[in-house]
Amino acid sequence: MVVDAQLGQFGDLLFGSALAVYVLAMILHAVEHALLRRTGTEEESAARVPVAAGVTGAAARADEGLSAEGAVVAADLDEQDAREADAPARRPRSRAERFGRTGVSLTVLGFGLHLAMLVVRGLAAQRVPWGNMYEFTAAISLVAVGAWLVVLRRRPELRRLGAFVLLPVIVLMFLAGTVLYTQTAPVVPALRSYWLVVHVSAAVIASGILLLAGVASCLYLLRAAHESSGRFAWTSRLPSADVLDRVAYRATAIAFPIWTFAVITGAIWAEAAWGRYWGWDPKETTAFIAWIVYACYLHARSTAGWRGRRAAVINVVGFAVMVFNLFFVNLVVTGLHSYAGVG
Amino acid sequence: MTSTLQAPPGEAGPPPTRPGPGRRALALARNTWRGLTSMRTALILLFLLAVAALPGALLPQRTPSPNAVDDYLTQHPTLGPFFDDLGLFDVFATPWFAAIYLLLFVSLIGCLVPRSFEHVRGLRAEPVSVPRNLARLPHHAQGSSDEDPDAVVDAARRRLRGWKVAVRSEPGGVRTLSAEKGALREVGNLVFHLSLVALLGGIAVGKLVGYEGQVIVMADGSEFCNSGIYAYDSFRPGLQVDGTGLDPFCLTVDDFRATFRPDGQPDSFDATVRYQDTDAVERGDGAWQQHDLAVNAPLRVDGERVYLLGHGYAPRFTVTFPNGEQRVGLIQWRPVDQATLLSEGATKIDPPGVTDESERRRSQLAITGLFAPTSSGGGLVTSVFPAPNDPEVAVDVLRGDLGLDSGRAQSIFSVDQGMVEQGRLVRVARENIKPGGEITLDDGTRIRFDGVENWVSLQVSHDPAQTAVLLAAIALLGGLTLSLTVRRRRFWVRASPTLPSTTDGRTLVVLGGLARTDRAGYGEEFGRLAADLVPPRDDTGDGERGRARPDPAVPEDELDELHDDEVPEGPAPDRKDDDGR
Ligand code: HEM
Repeated sequence: MVVDAQLGQFGDLLFGSALAVYVLAMILHAVEHALLRRTGTEEESAARVPVAAGVTGAAARADEGLSAEGAVVAADLDEQDAREADAPARRPRSRAERFGRTGVSLTVLGFGLHLAMLVVRGLAAQRVPWGNMYEFTAAISLVAVGAWLVVLRRRPELRRLGAFVLLPVIVLMFLAGTVLYTQTAPVVPALRSYWLVVHVSAAVIASGILLLAGVASCLYLLRAAHESSGRFAWTSRLPSADVLDRVAYRATAIAFPIWTFAVITGAIWAEAAWGRYWGWDPKETTAFIAWIVYACYLHARSTAGWRGRRAAVINVVGFAVMVFNLFFVNLVVTGLHSYAGVG
Repeated sequence: MTSTLQAPPGEAGPPPTRPGPGRRALALARNTWRGLTSMRTALILLFLLAVAALPGALLPQRTPSPNAVDDYLTQHPTLGPFFDDLGLFDVFATPWFAAIYLLLFVSLIGCLVPRSFEHVRGLRAEPVSVPRNLARLPHHAQGSSDEDPDAVVDAARRRLRGWKVAVRSEPGGVRTLSAEKGALREVGNLVFHLSLVALLGGIAVGKLVGYEGQVIVMADGSEFCNSGIYAYDSFRPGLQVDGTGLDPFCLTVDDFRATFRPDGQPDSFDATVRYQDTDAVERGDGAWQQHDLAVNAPLRVDGERVYLLGHGYAPRFTVTFPNGEQRVGLIQWRPVDQATLLSEGATKIDPPGVTDESERRRSQLAITGLFAPTSSGGGLVTSVFPAPNDPEVAVDVLRGDLGLDSGRAQSIFSVDQGMVEQGRLVRVARENIKPGGEITLDDGTRIRFDGVENWVSLQVSHDPAQTAVLLAAIALLGGLTLSLTVRRRRFWVRASPTLPSTTDGRTLVVLGGLARTDRAGYGEEFGRLAADLVPPRDDTGDGERGRARPDPAVPEDELDELHDDEVPEGPAPDRKDDDGR
């Protein structure tokens, strides 16, 4: 197993650049947000009715028939938005919008650098680039940003969530780059298995998407409080509570089966590596708790009286458990999953 | 969407008046059952399960790490025992944890059984008939056709391939079509929950009839046979396992290799083993098969799996007694530092040919101390690398009574300190020696450090139910994926003959659609269906025709979450998914 040190260093450089670009993007989104606060109700109404953007363009495309009007458009926005967005704007873009768009472009750039970093890291170590906490955390953040870009593409009107999504990503990456940093290296024998690729990939993907869900649920709680009591006035520029709720639900509904898959493949791997498919190792226990909490969330979503705020709280708790699993269990508790020794 | 939704009716206590204690008890029982199998109870039990599992993550647990529990108990002399009494170090074996999941599964079964029946009935039932006022549905469209109502409905039926369809007539020559799709969602949901039950069953069977044993085997061709509990260093039987009737396979460990990276991180471990499966052992024909045992690559023989869990070193000493007789001491020493494999241990030796008990008790030997696979050299030996590149032992030689027959259990890694304190075991030499080196004791006994052998720690696991658990897990995942991705949706067509006076074709076509699940996105599909069924006409100035016109005041997604019983003037509503159970 050769490790290409120079390539590894190049990977670190890419990591730093991606982080810097994300910070910049977050600042731009924050400026966008701040400008929105000052500009008038026009912006606000655009924010509240997601359809509005589509309607402008709809007139020009009326001949395309059915989907060109009203709420039905909402679903169609997915494809429309990109074209609409690039068409010459009828109304000069506000400053806030320019900031926001630049923020999105930077996020895309950061994502590219971030992706390149993981690829380089994998090439340097000649294995999948998630064999230790540093890489694992970097990969989760990458998925979170990727998931966010997918959401943006389908629902561009959610752009103003940008700063809030990037914030936890930046915090995670900062921790990864400082506390968790490890040099490029091969993994210990216990981790060398194709199940590593399958299990950890699934865990990374699920965690990244759940991060997005967690952010949406947090904002939902603030926004819902604002809608009912007027507190947290700054949230009035966010998408409505319903929209946030739906983003959280969909992200969770996609991530939950993936997480389930991660837990199952983890058990399969444990069976091959440690002699039992389940042994209540701290990591396994926490993964189980997170799974149950998300099952609670999905149940709550279909239980009268539990939708909305209570469900959102459960989702936030679920994400807290995921974070706990990532940091506390890996670093503080020593179980078989510690990435240092042999099982 | 928010907590303003009403609590479901029917879960309150018994009605105020009820004649007869018998019927009251019955009502109470029924209500308890209903309460137990309600969605809300399931939710609370799930939540309790998560909370109850929490100490399992926060505190060390006996099952995977008994030593950590002991450490915790010594570090927390007051809190520790209290936690212990509560079972917090054995969370997953406590009665209260079991109570929660058993209740949950009772609730689950109580909820599943009626739901499954209902679903099967629902599968056979026809799609519900068309609501009177389609215009009030979240998705609707309207247009006209030159065909007659029958042809319109036929066209719709052809277009809706894969949907469950029912065609009905209404007075006045009106034809209607009801279509449903997405029953798989409910199937998925039921499969998911049933698989949970199967999974739990499989785990339980494994806990009953499975076992796990650990054993250390010297990697010098030593043999291990799965002939009974006594063959193991530690053994954890299932509740129904008494240790008799284990599959008697045998294996020998011929060789062990470990490679390390320059920084000392392990790179690979593997052991070459030969084994005889149960058949071969019983035939006694000595047919051995070879296997390369490595981390992540267990040996699977019959119903057993053999794992390579760890390894370490056993220094080999040859003791030459004054009378010329020799004894070889070879026993595993245990690593005290996983990174450098610095190991400690005690090699105990009985003098040969001593029959007198008291004489024996004066002349037993123990070679105890540290072993460094790659020695730091110098007076204070420690290890700098885990591979045996430059081995050295730093040992005390003790002579006297080892206390082996005192009846007290004794660690194989150390001598009985009580004997040392009583002066019945005395140190007669202390030296650092490299392979080939010798210590000569005062009585002429020579102890040579020959070199080092590897030992491997093996685990044998037996769990006949684990394939069933895996299958249940796969079904669970499949069901879950179905239930979270399939959308249940309905589509209705009403084709009415228009009045002769109107110029607009012959048939008025009204379409309606309703998604019954939490996920939006039906709008797009509805749009496509509507576009195909009532294509917009270019020849009229009426831009409205053939175009969906939902109520713009209500966001589509929210309406998607309406259930049938919220459909105005609809037919008999299905039972709501949420509650009332
Ligand atoms: C053993 C623990 C349980 C777990 C882990 C669990 C998990 C889940 C999950 C993840 C879902 C989401 C799938 C979906 O939305 O279709 C779900 C849905 C559902 N569960 Fe459970 N469940 C459990 C017990 C129960 C019990 C005891 C009941 C009965 C009271 C129940 C009734 C339901 C129902 C009715 C749904 C469908 C909700 C819907 O249509 O959206 N579950 N469950």
